[in-house]
Amino acid sequence: MTVKVNGDEREVPEGETVRALVARFKLVPEKVAIELNRRLVRSSQYDATLSHGDELEIVTFVGGG
Amino acid sequence: MALDVFRIRDFEVRNRLFVGTGKYASYEVMQRALESSGCHVVTVAVRRERLVDKEGRSLLDYLDLNKYVILPNTAGCFSAEDAIRVSLLGRDLLEKQGNRGAGWVKLEVLGDKKTLLPDPVGTLEATRELVKEGFTVLCYTSDDPIAARRLKEAGAASVMPAGSPIGSGQGILNPLNISLCLETLKEGDPHYPVIVDAGVGTASDVSIAMELGADGVLLNTGIAHAKDPVKMAEAMKLALESGRLSYQAGRIPKKRYATASSPFEGVISYIPGE
Repeated sequence: MTVKVNGDEREVPEGETVRALVARFKLVPEKVAIELNRRLVRSSQYDATLSHGDELEIVTFVGGG
Repeated sequence: MALDVFRIRDFEVRNRLFVGTGKYASYEVMQRALESSGCHVVTVAVRRERLVDKEGRSLLDYLDLNKYVILPNTAGCFSAEDAIRVSLLGRDLLEKQGNRGAGWVKLEVLGDKKTLLPDPVGTLEATRELVKEGFTVLCYTSDDPIAARRLKEAGAASVMPAGSPIGSGQGILNPLNISLCLETLKEGDPHYPVIVDAGVGTASDVSIAMELGADGVLLNTGIAHAKDPVKMAEAMKLALESGRLSYQAGRIPKKRYATASSPFEGVISYIPGE
């Protein structure tokens, strides 16, 4: 199925969880924050499975003023 | 001389200089500049994680989270809705890191990319929502005293008028308006924290803001893009201390004519006109 991650479409297996997606990109869950369809996903919900067409944002901190 | 304690709601801030983490030549220079500035609060931005070409270095690896309180901003947001999304993401990240900064946000809702001036309506809307969400909201705003008052009434924990446009280095362009903001925000509430945010180009700008009675100054580019950011950071620290002490000491009123420091009594010279 296809999901959109940070603006780009990606193919992921059916039943992919948020946690598996984070691992796929070799990210540390504690160092990112995640939105699913414009709503914050808390760490306790990272085992939620994704659906075709879901849109995710995976963010972190960068330098800023 | 240690400056007096500064509070924003239940946040105790140990240094009145808030320093941004953007635009340094390297993370190492940033670290040394932050150290040299003496700051306790540092601002950061929330951005998409780079999923490809990630070079492996992350800002979080270069900030001592036991030392600094992180103040996440909503820079780059042009609507209240996006600013709220970014605030929630920033809070989630800081909760995971166990950093004190999880409870607050530097709210920016911008009007356009060219001026980076705040959208007053969007800022007000976002302030109301974020206060409902339990945030301690520090509001970037223009130097308009009426807008400042509206933001305070909406529940902003601190109002942060801009000295001049973000990153412009033009300093405090309208000291009258900054002082009007201070007057209206602190009327009957002298400890209400007001931070001059944006526009600082050099150390004297920081002193001027503090001499006007601001509680603190937030800056980034003035240090990060100085020829020697580490030295400029120290200059900013000293300027802040000078300005604060000067404000507390109470300046003399400005007069039209001279007042001699040495007595005229006993002079042996000819005085014109006498």
